[in-house]
Amino acid sequence: MGSATSELPSHRTPLNDTAETGLKIVVVGGFGVGKTTLVRSVSEIRPLNTEEVMTQAGVGVDETSAVAAKTTTTVAFDFGRISLNDRMVLYLFGAPGQERFWFLWDRLFSGTLGAVVLVDTRRMDDSWYAIDRLEHHRTPFVVAVNRFDEDTDRYSLDEIRQALALPAHVPMVDCDARVRHSGKDVLITLVNHLHDMAIAEETTL
Amino acid sequence: MMRKPVDTGDPDRLYTVTGGRSRADESFDLVTLIVSESGPVPGMQSEHARILELCRHPTAVVEIAAELMLPVMVVRILLGDLQDTGRITARHPRAARSVASLPDSALLQEVLHGLRNL
Repeated sequence: MGSATSELPSHRTPLNDTAETGLKIVVVGGFGVGKTTLVRSVSEIRPLNTEEVMTQAGVGVDETSAVAAKTTTTVAFDFGRISLNDRMVLYLFGAPGQERFWFLWDRLFSGTLGAVVLVDTRRMDDSWYAIDRLEHHRTPFVVAVNRFDEDTDRYSLDEIRQALALPAHVPMVDCDARVRHSGKDVLITLVNHLHDMAIAEETTL
Repeated sequence: MMRKPVDTGDPDRLYTVTGGRSRADESFDLVTLIVSESGPVPGMQSEHARILELCRHPTAVVEIAAELMLPVMVVRILLGDLQDTGRITARHPRAARSVASLPDSALLQEVLHGLRNL
């Protein structure tokens, strides 16, 4: 490479030149549950936002309609970044969990290590669809309950597990998405879960 | 070619940036890391030049899209051009396989170690 005549934007911290492996984790949950807050609290860059344009035909939503082939849908998603070491960099994607966005997931988030379902106990309904789809796709996930100060009802994790009809093997954790070490604990809970599953898979082979 | 970011809601302008193409190279994952192999040259399309500037250091496809304020699909098309002419190389993710398959435990152990050290 020749000498740099134009600098990178000042807000952007470049990755180490030895970075070679990108990894993905998706944070999913209802509107306003704190997905972006969680991404922000653990990301080494300010969360960025990008978009994807997809034609309806391209995602198989309505392949029979000639009109649908000309319809494009734009979906925005937030992401953050964590450099794990000199070679590995983890990207966290905050994705809307509602039914109408699900068509994105296969396309954009295939190959994710796993998912965090962020739950707000005041609006647990928002989580059902996401959990259902993750189970359907056999994407490993953990449930993180975002406890706000005003979360006075304090449903226990067991009560929430019941309400969400979560199987016993799905880990649950309390968190405060605003706090870095709390967000970090959520990710560790997920990766621990994945690691246990991988070990179990490897020992049965 | 104008340098200002494309209004991503406007298909006409996306059409201009990609020269009318709508088929992207799907081999570029969101977290594929792109590295420039040469600098921009005069006369190059401004979006191509910006990508080469950004990727002096490894940069994920999704970060390129965010920085250029272009949809991921459009960035994939532009990256395909640059790869075809040898101006970039791609470091594809090791772990991105089918949705349901797990990476090996050694990789996950390394991820855990990295997270604990944050």
